[in-house]
Amino acid sequence: MDPEPVLAPLALVDVAKSFGSVRALRGLSLELHAGEIHALVGENGAGKSTLVKMIAGIHRPDEGQLLVDGRPTEFTAPVDAQRAGVAVIHQEPTLFPDLSVAENIFVGRHPRTRMWTIDRARMRQETEEAFARLGVQMDPDRPTRGLSIADQQLVEIAKALTRKARVLVMDEPTAALSGVEADRLFEVARTLRDSGTALLFISHRFDEVFALCDRITVVRDGAFVSCDLTADLDVDTVVHRMVGREVNTLYPKEDAEQGNTLLEVKGLTREGVFADVSFSVRAGEIVALAGLVGAGRSEVVRAVFGVDHYDAGTVHVGGRALPPGRSKAAMAAGIALVPEDRRQQGLIMESSVQRNATSTRRRSLSRFGLLVPRAERAAANDWGERLQLKFGDLADQVSTLSGGNQQKVVLAKWLSTEPQVLFVDEPTRGIDVGTKAEVHRLLSALAGEGLAIVMVSSELPEVLGMADRVLVMHEGRITAELDRDEADEETVMYAATGQRPSEVTR
Amino acid sequence: MAPERTLARTAPADQGRRREEITRKGRLGSLLSARETPVLGALVVTLLFATMFVDMFATGRNISFLFLSIAAIALMALPMTLVVITGEIDLSVASTLALSSATLGVLWEAGIPIETALLVCLVGGAVLGAFNGFLVTVMRLPSLAVTIGTMALYRGLSYVLLGDRAVASYPQSWVSGARAPFLGVDGLPWIAVAILGLSVVFAVLLHATAIGRSLYDIGNNDEAARFTGVSVTWTKFWLFTLSGTIASGAGVFWTLQYGTSRADTAFGLELQVVAAVLLGGVSIFGGVGSVLGVMSGVLLLGTIRNALQLFGISSEVLQIVTGLVLIASVVTPNLATRLRARRVPVPATRPRSHNGETP
Amino acid sequence: MNPPSPAPATEVSTPGAPPEKGVRRARRQRQVRELGVLLAVVVLIVTTWMHNPGFLSPQGVRDLFLGATVLSVLAVGQALVLITKNVDLSVGSVMGLSAFGTGVLFVTFPGLPVPVAMAAGVGIGVLCGLANGLLVTTVQVPALVVTLGTLYAYRGLGHWWADGGQINAHDMPDAFLYLGRVSVLGVPLPAAIAALVIVVVGFYLARYRSGRELYAIGSNVEAARLSGIPVGSRVMTAFVVNGALAGLAGVLFAARYGTVDSTVGFGMELQVVAAAVVGGVAIAGGVGTVYGAALGAILLTTITAALPIWQINQFWHQAVVGALILAAISLDRLLSLRTARKLRGGGARGA
Repeated sequence: MDPEPVLAPLALVDVAKSFGSVRALRGLSLELHAGEIHALVGENGAGKSTLVKMIAGIHRPDEGQLLVDGRPTEFTAPVDAQRAGVAVIHQEPTLFPDLSVAENIFVGRHPRTRMWTIDRARMRQETEEAFARLGVQMDPDRPTRGLSIADQQLVEIAKALTRKARVLVMDEPTAALSGVEADRLFEVARTLRDSGTALLFISHRFDEVFALCDRITVVRDGAFVSCDLTADLDVDTVVHRMVGREVNTLYPKEDAEQGNTLLEVKGLTREGVFADVSFSVRAGEIVALAGLVGAGRSEVVRAVFGVDHYDAGTVHVGGRALPPGRSKAAMAAGIALVPEDRRQQGLIMESSVQRNATSTRRRSLSRFGLLVPRAERAAANDWGERLQLKFGDLADQVSTLSGGNQQKVVLAKWLSTEPQVLFVDEPTRGIDVGTKAEVHRLLSALAGEGLAIVMVSSELPEVLGMADRVLVMHEGRITAELDRDEADEETVMYAATGQRPSEVTR
Repeated sequence: MAPERTLARTAPADQGRRREEITRKGRLGSLLSARETPVLGALVVTLLFATMFVDMFATGRNISFLFLSIAAIALMALPMTLVVITGEIDLSVASTLALSSATLGVLWEAGIPIETALLVCLVGGAVLGAFNGFLVTVMRLPSLAVTIGTMALYRGLSYVLLGDRAVASYPQSWVSGARAPFLGVDGLPWIAVAILGLSVVFAVLLHATAIGRSLYDIGNNDEAARFTGVSVTWTKFWLFTLSGTIASGAGVFWTLQYGTSRADTAFGLELQVVAAVLLGGVSIFGGVGSVLGVMSGVLLLGTIRNALQLFGISSEVLQIVTGLVLIASVVTPNLATRLRARRVPVPATRPRSHNGETP
Repeated sequence: MNPPSPAPATEVSTPGAPPEKGVRRARRQRQVRELGVLLAVVVLIVTTWMHNPGFLSPQGVRDLFLGATVLSVLAVGQALVLITKNVDLSVGSVMGLSAFGTGVLFVTFPGLPVPVAMAAGVGIGVLCGLANGLLVTTVQVPALVVTLGTLYAYRGLGHWWADGGQINAHDMPDAFLYLGRVSVLGVPLPAAIAALVIVVVGFYLARYRSGRELYAIGSNVEAARLSGIPVGSRVMTAFVVNGALAGLAGVLFAARYGTVDSTVGFGMELQVVAAAVVGGVAIAGGVGTVYGAALGAILLTTITAALPIWQINQFWHQAVVGALILAAISLDRLLSLRTARKLRGGGARGA
């Protein structure tokens, strides 16, 4: 590599980070240059978010170094990163709902008058200037409560703009943006680049990455794979490097005999979230719900299971109508849901392995209304063995387990209800590769036993490898239904971004 | 795939180490018992100390007095335990007690038979509790604010009913009946036995039934509980109703025990109930606690107060003890966890030589 | 194969723009919340006055002012703490301790200058607030539990100190008692002090960085940490200022009534929280102003004063206060639901 005339404003050298037994990053290096937009691509769980949090000063690296202008630096808190001129726009905006838009942008560093009071006029004016640069009309005085995710994102971007950051990191900023909004964001990004800012852009949308970025770094399983100029790359190469394996070997879906239709969803609508969603699933079939983050997939699944309400539509299980908004009825009808967020929705982290594993069928483990400890332990043990769960003691807190084993507990909790219809939402998010394969084998085996399975997944290889049928959602609607042999990365990606193949020219 | 193989190889070792840690923890006892052990220990020590060094403490008369003085608190602490475990709070219990007492007084004066009046009070208490439950679950208001409001409202209504009068014309047989000993055993009022029985029922409900487990789930993570098919709304609603009912039951007992109904009765008692519950190891954030711990907490506070009173220290000054014991009971476990966390070595940042391959 | 649906459905050109009208209304709603309480106070005073003009006699006005003084000073402090999503239940006890402490000083050092004694009273409050704040921020025990504990501890301390005794007006210097009686431009001095406190704290909260940061902490404590706000020291400040104000309230109480014992301020904590909540300060944090809290305090005390004039049994007072709290929090909930619906930006995506 040519010697750089100027030192990189921010570089990471061989950084590693583990959470418990999960190694999120294993020796990753990255160098951001002034006046350059750098893309970071990789599958979900490849370690991108961990990297972003490290740059933001939220996580500290176990190993390796962070260099600011070539000097080794430690970010012990987010403030350190901010002082070093690093601004990070997180995937999920961190705003203060009760404060006004302008205050959100300037919190902790309000402009002040000579009396040390807050200079509201200047704050307002600078906010308006930032919005003008972004081409956005937003009242600086309105509270941020009630803003859409896209608007919240814009507030975050305005915050970074007013900070005059030298390094700007954007973690999937376009996930919730419409086309026009995204284009405007890209214009701003280019302007910033031309004025000498170093940008790191994380996205799943290859069209954006190739249109915007000067350089692309590919990561896989927490490790560095490659870094090249965009001009030297094409989509296929990047995808290949991201996945790094033959898709089918890791996703062993075996063909199962398909039986009767077990689940039928018709015209399901929840205002502002999803609309007119209809699909059916047969016994022995795995149907994948694909799409971008925020497309409304999890919301559909939650509504069917009865955790959320819906405004219109019907759900039938085995021919019988399911009352809306009652998860107990859904469970009784044979539906199980392995939810998206393991820590928040799937498990009671403070509770023991055994209690979590048996939480769905406590009544059947009781006699005269009293829980039978021996039956509980036996049931938990039984499922632990079936799923090859690795644990110390059934009485340990479930939080002591690794991500993969936690997911197995969630699976045990739901499979023990002997469901007919199984929803799995991001079943392999954040778990190690070995367990991932186990989960895939399990799902395949369950389909073989005649379960109807609906799998929500953001990982394309998983979707393509496991599903008999792929439903693609975009902005709350099903935009494509693809059979196993029709589905490939391109067709799914096009449907997920709401574009026709002809609209994208590469 | 290289990375996977490394992972697979390191996993068993990790697992072994963890199992070791876990069995060690298992031997120390589960989280629950760890939280109630201190208060249980403190109770035993206090009882021993009081028996040995305080004259008149271990007499039937005094023990009976001790039991009667904590009866209402103990009653209200039982449902409060469940409410706090689900992450809510009910500050209106003492006012419910007072309103129930005032109602009883008004009904009795109006010549209604006392049995009917008792029943009306209990139903009224259920309605008051249900109103709390409605505001917390259907209106989704914070229970702290709601029950501060109903605390004032219910207390106010009892003033409206009784003003500054007192009703003290209860039949002597009922009044002495309230204090009567159980099967003639000296120092053991029947209410103590009744509360013991009720505690067992609550303990079984909380620790050994599906409902009890779901209360902990709700307190720890109500979203996950919802995803497990638990009806969080209804559970909380019924708990508040239960709390109201038992508080009015305590009101009836309180009235008969002292033979009088007054609007300002049991003022501030709700804070003593909450203090006893927290002292008993229930986490204010919900999800942790046991009936045994709470009952020990109630008894501990009662014993300390009783013993120090026998020493001749005024009950007002004893509030210092109540306050300090409460703070100590929360601060100590917190400090202990933090100290333990600090002792675990933090992996140091080891800068490695630069061999990056940025092209 | 082609996806059946055409290109992106609706493209929103100006985010946040469509609900512009709703936004204005939302902003107004916040002020309306305080104005509503003010209106309630005014209506109550005017109708009561029309019912019986004696209500606004010079003496009546004085009583109104003085009645509201102590409660509104306490409510201002409580608002600070509530805004950070904490609560301080010990204020009644702190106030009692400070009132009694000031009295004891006059008894022990008869020649003590009045300002020194007042400063000492406020100092007692500062110490109490400091202890609360330390327990909440460094040991990270929930404020509800800590201040419930110190509610007992401070009160017990007061009882122990007073030992059943009482300090009477003749033990206090005339200059001090004069403070409670003198008027400045028709406004009793204690009320003027309270008004000054309200304005100063209100201005600080609205116009200073650290003041606004209290709102940020109550609104989203994690985001506050990410933004580099020193959460611990800000919360600490709120507790200390609240303690100081509780101390001041104790001093004002002593000056006004002249007689203090260890039961001063008993049960006051819940009235204070009630006043703040009625005035629009949210128990969930991040919302409300000290003006609102003070207005809430004034409304509550005005109701107390007005009930006898309407020949309503004074025993209705507590019930009315309770109903008012419930109405206030229900109203806040409904308003915020409506605002959220109005503010939902940019048209529903994907619907």
